[in-house]
Amino acid sequence: MAFTAMVGARIRRREDPRLITGRATYVDDVKQVGTVFAAFVRSPHGHAKLLRVDASRAKAHPGVLAVYTGDDLHHAHNLKSSLPVAHKIPDLKTPPHYVLAIDEVRFVGEPIAVVVADSAYTARDATELIEVEYAPLPVVIDAEKAANGAPFVHESLGTNVAFTFPFSAGDPDAAFAAADVTVKQRIVNQRVAPVPIEPRSMVANYDAGMQQLTMYSATQIPHLLRTQLAVVLGLPENKIRVIAPEVGGGFGAKLNVYAEEAVIGWVAMQLERPVKYIETRSESFQAMIHGRDQIDDIEVAAMRDGTITALRVKIYANLGAYHQLLTPVVPVLTLLMANGCYRFSNVAVTVIGAFTNTMSTDAYRGAGRPEATFFVERALDLVALKLGMDPAEVRRKNFIPKSAFPHTTATGLTYDSGDYETTMDKALAAADYAGLRKRQAELRKQGRYLGIGLSTYVEVCGMGPSAAMPAAGWDSATVRVEPTGSITVLTGVSPHGQGEETTFAQIVADELGVPIDHVSVVHGDTDKVQYGVGTFGSRGTAVGGSALKLAIETIQAKAVKIAAHQWEANPDDVEYRNGKMQVKGDPSKSMTTAEAGFLAFMGDKLPPGLEPGLDATRRFEPPNFVFPFGTHICVVEIDAQTGQVSVEKYLAVDDCGRLINPMIAEGQVHGGIAQGLSQALFEEVIYDEGGQLLTGTLMDYAIPHAEQVPHYELDHTVTPTTVNPLGIKGIGEAGTIGSTPAVANAVIDALAPFGVVHIDMPLKPEKLWAAMHASNGSTR
Amino acid sequence: MQIDLTVNGKRASFDAEPRLLLVHALRDSLSLTGTHVGCDTSSCGACTVLLDGVSVKSCTVFAAQAAGHEVTTIEGIGNADELHPMQEAFWSSHGLQCGYCTTGMIVSAVDLLRRNADPSDDEIRAGLEGNLCRCTGYENIVIAVRAAGKAMRDGTKRHSVADLMPIHPPAEQPPPSGEGIIPPQLQEANR
Repeated sequence: MAFTAMVGARIRRREDPRLITGRATYVDDVKQVGTVFAAFVRSPHGHAKLLRVDASRAKAHPGVLAVYTGDDLHHAHNLKSSLPVAHKIPDLKTPPHYVLAIDEVRFVGEPIAVVVADSAYTARDATELIEVEYAPLPVVIDAEKAANGAPFVHESLGTNVAFTFPFSAGDPDAAFAAADVTVKQRIVNQRVAPVPIEPRSMVANYDAGMQQLTMYSATQIPHLLRTQLAVVLGLPENKIRVIAPEVGGGFGAKLNVYAEEAVIGWVAMQLERPVKYIETRSESFQAMIHGRDQIDDIEVAAMRDGTITALRVKIYANLGAYHQLLTPVVPVLTLLMANGCYRFSNVAVTVIGAFTNTMSTDAYRGAGRPEATFFVERALDLVALKLGMDPAEVRRKNFIPKSAFPHTTATGLTYDSGDYETTMDKALAAADYAGLRKRQAELRKQGRYLGIGLSTYVEVCGMGPSAAMPAAGWDSATVRVEPTGSITVLTGVSPHGQGEETTFAQIVADELGVPIDHVSVVHGDTDKVQYGVGTFGSRGTAVGGSALKLAIETIQAKAVKIAAHQWEANPDDVEYRNGKMQVKGDPSKSMTTAEAGFLAFMGDKLPPGLEPGLDATRRFEPPNFVFPFGTHICVVEIDAQTGQVSVEKYLAVDDCGRLINPMIAEGQVHGGIAQGLSQALFEEVIYDEGGQLLTGTLMDYAIPHAEQVPHYELDHTVTPTTVNPLGIKGIGEAGTIGSTPAVANAVIDALAPFGVVHIDMPLKPEKLWAAMHASNGSTR
Repeated sequence: MQIDLTVNGKRASFDAEPRLLLVHALRDSLSLTGTHVGCDTSSCGACTVLLDGVSVKSCTVFAAQAAGHEVTTIEGIGNADELHPMQEAFWSSHGLQCGYCTTGMIVSAVDLLRRNADPSDDEIRAGLEGNLCRCTGYENIVIAVRAAGKAMRDGTKRHSVADLMPIHPPAEQPPPSGEGIIPPQLQEANR
């Protein structure tokens, strides 16, 4: 492989000039003549019968074009009004999920009716003129209560349990019987909200002449959205165009097919006008997917030397009221990652997915793996505490050794490559771990509470082999050498901040020997780009980039034939060297990719039988997932008077294989750490017992400000994967997965003198203060 | 009602309902879509603009209140022909990912430096408390504001986007932390 200047360089992003000057086009910036605006009426109840929906006053309001209710849509020709869920879970209960509620609402924020008007302000006004009569029904918001009786979210199912997934490997019972020590802990992984700063946004337009629906949507999956809209709207898929223009963050929340997208598409078809819908932040908190929300009851068996022999987990996963696209899959990922980066081979996990009267949970950054990493990393600390061992040494004792890769875990995943101990040692050295422990002991004598938290995570990403995915796991790339030598890349992944317009161009520049400015990377338009699966699960570069590498190889093979023909050489004797073709060992003659592209366009000097044109479309089917890993260390001090946590140090050593642009990879880690740290300390979606959302605005839901997060010290090791031709793993979610347990372990470690063993997140000052004062302030 | 104001140095006038928010006037009446809306509680700061040179959240100002005043949006802070040092610094320091909060963040940061030309990192973090970013974890935003402050104090020449192309490793970036970017065995394979 030819790596020269670009791959590995910290170059500025090519997408940035339009973003920093305000010239980018997000969905809300799309302006089309004749646009009308939609607003939704949403349920104020967690669970209620819909007795009457009367839109007559709204319809009569000046400026209102139309109002549609669930009944209108349900009876509409062609509209299949239930939304999709992608899964391979046996016997999964899948209640109907109508795009607008029919007869019953099951969570606060469920859409009931849509108003279309000539201005966004008027549409919103008119929603208040729609009279809805409700008969409230009993509400359940807690997954454990829901699974064990309680009122049913879907009466017709006769249960709230959507699925039970039991798993066992080895002989956990024997291991527990033989254990020197066992620990048991309930760990609640609270519900959080993804909160991309751009809310859900869509503009749909129906060209009745062409019978074509164009949908601009802030989505991570334009092609999958097109496929699902075709099914839901009853349109041929080749008559739908989905465009994801600039997308303002996703974090998994835009990896979905939302009721609002189907409704807006349908409304555009009825009115034959462009229809715009931009949700408010309050609507976003109610009806954009949430993440996490698991109760994880763990039991660990260990020997006196720190060797962990078995893990039992019972997971109550709160699914919300309906399945969204990947809702039931997320807790299954938790099960798969229950081994962490450790050797123990006796594992029993039961996942119970339960419906509740809340918004659906789905794939929020990390999607199931943060939950696993959290309880595994807490488990290691609980064992360390019980045995009086250092948490780092318990980890060292249990790591899968470097020599054991590829390693198949008890839960059935085959980890590609890893070197956990080297990465941990690098982190421990960089943090001066021994010095920190010494300082901690000294400060404790002064009544100051320093905590040191470790997290040695591994995660599964680069989603993924199709056989192991709810739907296709491959991705695609086209590389086109244009007649004048510029190169167009069409990628099936759909970046929304990850910078692939830059990193993919870096790869092309090196491999095809062109200046990076001659490469254009196109994404997010189903009429331009061949089918692609999208950007999620830290797959963009691992899978999409690998497809790009294959397409480049095909281009190179053809270009070599063209060059060899001009030189009357054997193609086997021609090679790419430093981005140019030459006869092996003879630098006297060379040809650039652009020159070969021009010859391929002219068509008159090609070898017999070779088709004109120089372009290629390839798809990469990953043979396995990839497994990035790392060690995060967090140091906190807790103010004994107030319970306030201050993060003194945050250090992360991550390993995601090769890095194409380290600056971009570091950015992903920074953002990931902030989100994970914020789950540990600040964030929590709260529904009250009546199903009311108490954290419905950014004034109530705490995403961190700049002064609430620390400076991050980063370093990395490089352990390439063998799973893809680039040797790279994903880095989009690693920071989120690694950071939450590091922060929680630090806070709980700080409170060890008070006999604290565990506190559930978010670790807010009042909880910590209470824990410190439960023993009247006296330490153990 | 008729509203007359100055936006990015140019006179502008349009008809508006009295309740029209300044952010919607800018975006919809004047097609200046670089100012974004991220919330409905004045929490996120994506809509930050300068009103008579002072940062305001344009979702919290009626268009009518801006009548007769001077508004500067991201489009007026700088453009591809002449980037503001803050824009260049955000670019060079990778102070943005999805870009949605970025325009408001840059406008706030420009105002921050107006009030404090040489802020410490803590002062930068505190000064940006009205702007939320969900992508960057703020690390590179702090670095960008620090770098822009230095460039402005030094009176560094303003660059165009073209000046900074082809994109190359910015000199002011710290060297990559960690060891080899490309593993030695692969470097060997390339020779």
